Amino acid sequence: MMLCRLSLKNIKKSIKDYAIYFFTLILGVAIFYVFNAIDSQTVTMNVTSSTQEIIKLMVNMLSGVSVFVAFILGFLIIYASRFLIKRRNKEFGIYLILGMSKRKISMILFLETLFIGLLSLIVGLALGTLLSQLMSLVVANMFEANMTKFTFVFSKSACIKTILYFAIMYVLVMVFNTIIISKCKLIDLLHSNKKSEIIKLKNPILCVFIFVVSVSILGYAYFLVTAGFKNLDSADKIFKPIILGVVSTFLIFWSLSGLLLKIVKSLRKVYYKGLNSFILRQISSKVNTTVFSMTIICLMLFITICVLSASLTLKNSLQANIEKLAPADIQITKRMNWVDEGHTKEDIEDAKKDLLESFSDSHFNINDYVKELVEVNIYETQDLTLNHTLGTLLEEIRKQYIFLRYDEEETIMKLSDYNKIANLYGNKEYSLEKEEYLIVADFASMVEVRNIALSKKETITVFGHTLKPKYTECQDGFVELSAQHINAGIIVIPDEVVDENYKTHNVLVANYKVKTKEEKMEIESIMIKASENIPSIVYYNTKLDIAEASIGLGALVTFIGLYLGIIFLISSAAILALKELSESSDNKERYNMLRKIGTDEKMLNKALFRQIAIFFLVPLLLAIIHSIFGITFSVKILEMFGNEELLPSIVMTSVFIVIIYGSYFLITYTCSKNIIKERRR
Amino acid sequence: MENILKIEKIEKYYGSRFSLTKAIDNISFEVEKGEFVAIMGSSGSGKTTLLNCISTIDSVTSGHIYVGGVDITKLKGNHLNKFRREELGFVFQDFNLLDTLTAYENIALSLSIQNIPPKEMEERIKNVADNLNIKDVLKKYPYQMSGGQKQRVASARAIITNPKLVLADEPTGALDSKSARMLLERFNYLNKELEATILMVTHDAFTASYATRVIFIKDGKIFNELHRGENTRKEFFDQIIDVVTLLGGDLNDAL
Repeated sequence: MMLCRLSLKNIKKSIKDYAIYFFTLILGVAIFYVFNAIDSQTVTMNVTSSTQEIIKLMVNMLSGVSVFVAFILGFLIIYASRFLIKRRNKEFGIYLILGMSKRKISMILFLETLFIGLLSLIVGLALGTLLSQLMSLVVANMFEANMTKFTFVFSKSACIKTILYFAIMYVLVMVFNTIIISKCKLIDLLHSNKKSEIIKLKNPILCVFIFVVSVSILGYAYFLVTAGFKNLDSADKIFKPIILGVVSTFLIFWSLSGLLLKIVKSLRKVYYKGLNSFILRQISSKVNTTVFSMTIICLMLFITICVLSASLTLKNSLQANIEKLAPADIQITKRMNWVDEGHTKEDIEDAKKDLLESFSDSHFNINDYVKELVEVNIYETQDLTLNHTLGTLLEEIRKQYIFLRYDEEETIMKLSDYNKIANLYGNKEYSLEKEEYLIVADFASMVEVRNIALSKKETITVFGHTLKPKYTECQDGFVELSAQHINAGIIVIPDEVVDENYKTHNVLVANYKVKTKEEKMEIESIMIKASENIPSIVYYNTKLDIAEASIGLGALVTFIGLYLGIIFLISSAAILALKELSESSDNKERYNMLRKIGTDEKMLNKALFRQIAIFFLVPLLLAIIHSIFGITFSVKILEMFGNEELLPSIVMTSVFIVIIYGSYFLITYTCSKNIIKERRR
Repeated sequence: MENILKIEKIEKYYGSRFSLTKAIDNISFEVEKGEFVAIMGSSGSGKTTLLNCISTIDSVTSGHIYVGGVDITKLKGNHLNKFRREELGFVFQDFNLLDTLTAYENIALSLSIQNIPPKEMEERIKNVADNLNIKDVLKKYPYQMSGGQKQRVASARAIITNPKLVLADEPTGALDSKSARMLLERFNYLNKELEATILMVTHDAFTASYATRVIFIKDGKIFNELHRGENTRKEFFDQIIDVVTLLGGDLNDAL
């Protein structure tokens, strides 16, 4: 009972020291709950079954990510509590001197963790429940479901899961605390804050040297992921710039303090102004001991920025792409040739009919449902593969792009057919002379490959005619409805060149006669049923399907990105804040001394502010520089999803960082100010 | 002679209505320009409280303290800090140097918080370093210096701003006898050649014997006062010991 009172009093007494710890725990619990409660929010929404599938997938992935998140939070909590124990060495020392057993001290810590754990769980869950109401608006907006009425959702399963995960973490913390207490010696506890500090100064010349070297290594790593992007053709090659980046980040932090000190010291006017010399020395003496954690924090921030902005961009581009890349409601494709053996005569005969014939065979009048119907054909031949199109440049290109399938037959279309489709889609129409061809493509890396050949005016031979390219580069366009730029290339040739015997596919593209989503869904199911009635192989592709899939993909990426991004942000900010706070209490004496020689409070607070601000800003700055290149790289990777403007998502990311990182900074500053405040007798 | 410090009937009480402790009980004295005054007393006699009140680190319960004609018991907030930084210099028992800064930077700090340009700073630091024999340690960090060197650096920091009054709280308390003697000789030099006014608190008769006047405090009151006059330091020391004996056995450990 006495122990219980003691630990409660301890918490009350050190609530200021614990503020950051507590704040982090609450945020962790709340976010954990919010992202695990998403599934119960979607239940109340009115969405199609395919969307429900995607949501199910998303919920599964989120709970997988949650395990990872739990690990990160677990480490963070253990780190933080170890930190707080160190701060209280003297207190424990006194307990031991008074004759309390180590077991009892562990018990006190156990009770403290229990109280704080319970309190943070309750507050965190309450906050999480509130936040998840906001989140349900986001979710509904993301899946374009209309929220007809607002319902207050509380997810019991998410709540239980949160409690379970955090209970495990707290138990781990208790175990760690017990181990720490059982290992410590009384003399160390009592004298822990009397150790004098030895300033290890680095050789400034070495610092400058290391700095220059690490900056050039970093520059090389940046070069590898941007200008040298083409050479990163296999997954394992990406590790090189990553490792270089990590190493150089470490070295930059290692050398930065010495370098900075050297530079500012040479500016006598700056160095000997006010408390500048004090601030600078404080920082350089600290950076020496915190290089490792600075590196970790910088890298975590870097990941946060990249993940957040990439996921938000991806979502935006997905939505923008649908309008552009799926401009018609439905596309039905029928396979028309059976070259392989093993098909009955009926099959082969049936395959030869085009789609309109097949529909009328089954007494389906397509014109009742659709308007602006366009019918085109696609041709393929063994004599025109990518090998042939690239012509004399094949060997050269093969060396550079080893992963392409060079013996794949090219898709060939009549000029008039392509123009019909382009007209319907609102794309550009073309004209060709008798001996000319052109290629339409929009998949960026294939465009790159084909342009090499086109720029050299490579001719092709098809159906016995030799054609030369009309343009020296690929033209933008596509036939297949899709969510992304995936058209690897269509060879468009003059109508009179085409040999009808090589017809392989018949394609129908049309818009529905109706306007609203519900009516369209109705017609779509009729159309799909009719297509499935045709005995031959028929594929269909609809705007509604594409939109749903891409909304789902967008939502999936966004939620996981947000989840991880926020957790990483919290972790790095919390580590920094804890470090700074403990520094402030170590520096209490120094500030007191400054006060004794007559420094103004205002000047002291300014010095404290600058010191903390620099510590928060330096890793963030380097992380931002990393991110500029990181985002450029990820944009290239994701370019088949379209290059939507980055600005809005970068703004969003900044908002997140300013809010979370900023509030950690403010809390740290306020608490530190309290710590160094003079206590008048 | 000009009055640098004038203390008028100050009192300092600690505790509540029920258990009142008078740390300072009606003390008055004056210090003139160019004096080197030592305040002696056993632990608990109130000498450190007195120093804290003069240095504005602590406030008095009643009475007035005038430094250069200004009543510092009426000062508040940043005026206090301004007063401390411009009129006073401090030397502490445990040096109170910033361990992250070199000796030079430690001394410079008390000038830079007064916004004195670096050029002038350099000259003044050179001067004071000459006077205190610390030229060789200016580039060193506190952990690389001996206690005596540290205390001389702290003294340099205290006098570099040309304060009206230098306050020293047991300046030899953490020094061995050789370093203590060296420091006190420097104090004498500063007092004689640079006309620095020094007020020093100590419980050590040897340290006190370097002063020109010694004020004895017991239980928060002035018990006795000795002037060195034309006596040698040795004679003055013997006189001090006599008073200490009179005070009771309390100060015997001071020998």
